[in-house]
Amino acid sequence: MELLPTIWFIAIAVLWTGYLFLEGFDLGVGMLMKLFARNNTERRVLLNTIGPVWDGNEVWLLTAGGATFAAFPLWYASLFSALYLPLLVVLLALIFRAVAFEYRGKVDTDSWRNRWDWAIALGSFFAAFGVGAALALTTTGLPLNANGDREGGPMAWFSGYALLGGAAVVGFSLVHALAFLALKTDGDVRHRARQWFVRLLPVLLLPIAAWALAIQFMDGKPWTWAAVVLAVAAAITAWLLARKGAEGRAFLALGGFLVLGTASIFGAVFPVVLPSTLDSAFDLTVSNASSSDYTLGLMSIVAAFGLPLVIAYQAWTYWVFRRRVSTAHIPEAHSFLPAVAARAFTTKG
Amino acid sequence: MDALEIARWQFGITTVYHFMMVPLTIGLGLVVAVIQTAWYRTGKPEYLRMTKFWGKLFLINFIMGVATGIVQEFQFGMAWSEYSRFVGDVFGAPLALEALLAFFVESTFLGLWIFGWKQLKPAIHLACLWVAVVGSALSAYFIIVANSWMQHPVGVEMINGRPVMTDAWAVFTNNTALVAVPHTLFGALAVAGGFLLGIAWYHLWRRRHDGVDTVGADGRIIPGEDASISGRDRADYKVWIRSLRIGAVVAMISFAGTAVTGDLQGKLMFQQQPMKMAAAEAACHDGTGFSVLSVGNVGSKNCDDVVAVIEVPGILSFLAKGDFTTEVKGVNSLLPEYKEKYGTTLPDNPIYGDRAGQEIQYVPVMEVTYWGFRMMIGFGGLAALAALVALWITRKGTVPESRWLMRLAVFGILAPFGANAAGWIFTEMGRQPFVVAPNPDPSGIDQVFMFTAAAVSPGVSAGELIASLVALTAVYAVLLVVEVKLLVKYIRGGVVSAMPELGHAPVDENEDETPGPGGPKPADDVLAFAY
Ligand code: HDD
Ligand code: HEM
Ligand code: HEM
Repeated sequence: MELLPTIWFIAIAVLWTGYLFLEGFDLGVGMLMKLFARNNTERRVLLNTIGPVWDGNEVWLLTAGGATFAAFPLWYASLFSALYLPLLVVLLALIFRAVAFEYRGKVDTDSWRNRWDWAIALGSFFAAFGVGAALALTTTGLPLNANGDREGGPMAWFSGYALLGGAAVVGFSLVHALAFLALKTDGDVRHRARQWFVRLLPVLLLPIAAWALAIQFMDGKPWTWAAVVLAVAAAITAWLLARKGAEGRAFLALGGFLVLGTASIFGAVFPVVLPSTLDSAFDLTVSNASSSDYTLGLMSIVAAFGLPLVIAYQAWTYWVFRRRVSTAHIPEAHSFLPAVAARAFTTKG
Repeated sequence: MDALEIARWQFGITTVYHFMMVPLTIGLGLVVAVIQTAWYRTGKPEYLRMTKFWGKLFLINFIMGVATGIVQEFQFGMAWSEYSRFVGDVFGAPLALEALLAFFVESTFLGLWIFGWKQLKPAIHLACLWVAVVGSALSAYFIIVANSWMQHPVGVEMINGRPVMTDAWAVFTNNTALVAVPHTLFGALAVAGGFLLGIAWYHLWRRRHDGVDTVGADGRIIPGEDASISGRDRADYKVWIRSLRIGAVVAMISFAGTAVTGDLQGKLMFQQQPMKMAAAEAACHDGTGFSVLSVGNVGSKNCDDVVAVIEVPGILSFLAKGDFTTEVKGVNSLLPEYKEKYGTTLPDNPIYGDRAGQEIQYVPVMEVTYWGFRMMIGFGGLAALAALVALWITRKGTVPESRWLMRLAVFGILAPFGANAAGWIFTEMGRQPFVVAPNPDPSGIDQVFMFTAAAVSPGVSAGELIASLVALTAVYAVLLVVEVKLLVKYIRGGVVSAMPELGHAPVDENEDETPGPGGPKPADDVLAFAY
């Protein structure tokens, strides 16, 4: 086993875990805009809990993608081209979601806000689902030929695993968002979020647990089995803590569940990064899909100082905005008499 | 159309669209940071207003840059998998470093800036914006390093048919990138300059038109006030005249910057991509003159169709070499050289699909390169000239009452955008038929190249590409309308649209919410509530 490719496999697993941990709750909060919030003020509470951080969280996805390109070009090329349509959906979802956050409050009418609320909710749902499907398929395999290209047409990737992975990330994001809201808000929203968390956790974490278990039955190693068991224990701990009202620790325990869960999945499939369902001889592995040691070495040096720096200043952001948000904080929507009436370009005189 | 052509259209459309937002983000970000610094140091209210107003427009635009950038990042793998496999070892690194070292910085610190007005100490709040601006510039650097490697591959060795990075220093200090980065940054500033100039002109015009400001017998401005309209006070006048001045100066300086760096780029292009240089001139025969106007069908492959009507002798040599006599090679003498070095027909390799064995078209589409090059310089120069005229016209403190001049100033905002787009289209299409252009320059490494025809994803069908091309183009078109509408709304609203506290804010009467534990807190205690 070569050292640098292995390190980069771990690094990419870390990036995906960081992505799911951070964007998990903001994708979930996005979906909850339509499922949970009761009125515009509550929606704005939800939005403002993630307002300062969601874009930074999304960059974890870009970095995971970029790092895969740099460290395992063949993995990046095969996975992204084979999943052309689902990734297109992810892209469209992310576009709408990003724009909606910024534009939702810019016009003061209910129909405008409602439209963008749907964009946020559906954008978050499809982004979570698509990313989940892609991650599940990279662990269970795609019909790739010797060159690493997809055989069988645009929908050849479709399988039960795609649905399972999609449901896994959607479910996890919702639970994670409820834990986050219980931690970041106050008043009624906080209490309801905790209630929902306790009620829904056992159901919503089932798909991700099923995915982790399925992988163990295929490729499990003793330590990854252990990780799954610990992950389940962490989920139960999170549930018990939330019932007691320990919101901060419940959130951390759920984070522990995620880390252990992804470790068990990535650990089990290692050293294969993308199996071929046509012939295992075409599997992409840590050694046959990676860049040269020179490139990986360069990237390692930069990442060794860059990644801790990113984590440090993102942690600082969460510290700066650590206060709970509640409906009492939300000011009235802006309304003012504009300096210039409409139609300045057309009216005469 | 086959998969390759659709993929090319998609890449071109999405990138040019992304590059509508990008220069405004880079340029306006820097301008806002400078203005906020002025506010921090002088405390003058007009600088705060300028920061808030231009900052608002900056954010409306920024988000579109983010949304469209994600598409770019994924597109290499989705539509250009064969390209990604070929170049991944060297090209992936700058892309990954851009995300790790630039995008994180940009997005995190901008979040702090947007939401931290009340949370952070003024100096730290200002520093956050500066850090984000540096992040934007860094992202421009990394992406152009990647792009420059496609124009001029360096720092690699061919191993098993793929370029493998052997010298990262060479890649990250590629001379092509070192001149393209400042060129692009100046181009971005030109966009910001025109933007400030046009919008400030509009507001000054509006103040005169509404009788708020008047002009004395000596032609000097007498700023006024209209209490019935939010924010239409004397400080408002200062906001616009300062913005106009800053915009005009920025536009002029940045044009000078693009000209100097563009000249350096021309010299490199002459060594590194001589065919692009010839195509930029639609020059069939060797010569020294820069064509100001060539007529006939410049796109024709038959050189007798093109006649240079107006030509300035020596200038082409100056652009390419720095003297007035060097003969710059035309298409006719370059073609045999390219054919000898890189073959006359595409190899018989399944990668090329139906194109295998076809003759290689070494000459880029000359209508595009010829006019692209001239539009870039022309639009940029026009904007700079207009800025100079604007400075002169407004020397007594305001703009004339002419509606037509106002419209010209507003529509002039588009010129630097056009110059940027034209520059990229020229650069990228001038590189064809290569996606990674070979290096005839003896100091470089030859035989590292890739034909665009080999770059597209072999497993992806034309149907999938059509679906994404249609979907992305449609979504982009809709969002462009929304963005422009919002920009117009906020521009018309004036400063008060970004600073409602200046207006007649409605009194909050319905305090029906129960305060949380610890009693009610002042509303802005938690966040600046941008959403
Ligand atoms: C000269 C500068 C420049 C150029 C040539 C490009 N971009 Fe860009 N890009 C930026 C300058 C920039 C920026 C100014 O840094 C943006 C605009 C808004 C933002 O957040 O950063 C950005 C945003 C942006 C984002 C979103 C970042 C975020 O979420 O914060 C991605 C993924 C990309 N770009 C990727 C690309 C790719 C793959 C390109 C090549 C085809 C590309 N950009 C061309
Ligand atoms: C790192 C930055 C960039 C990279 C890696 C890149 C790469 C590519 C690739 C792979 C293609 C498709 C192959 C082809 O048709 O040539 C392409 C085409 C194109 N790119 Fe770029 N590009 C970059 C930046 C830009 C920018 C910023 C623009 C303009 C805004 C741009 C404009 C175009 C256009 C117009 C085409 C279509 C050309 C054609 O089809 O003939 N590119 N580029
Ligand atoms: C006298 C003025 C100018 C000259 C001589 C000049 C020259 C050049 C040259 C030679 C290139 C191609 C580089 C290559 O393909 O290797 C280029 C590209 C480009 N130009 Fe200009 N240019 C000028 C003005 C402008 C202006 C005013 C703008 C924008 C406001 C601009 C924006 C661009 C852009 C965006 C590119 C593509 C990216 C790049 O390669 O840097 N240029 N320019």
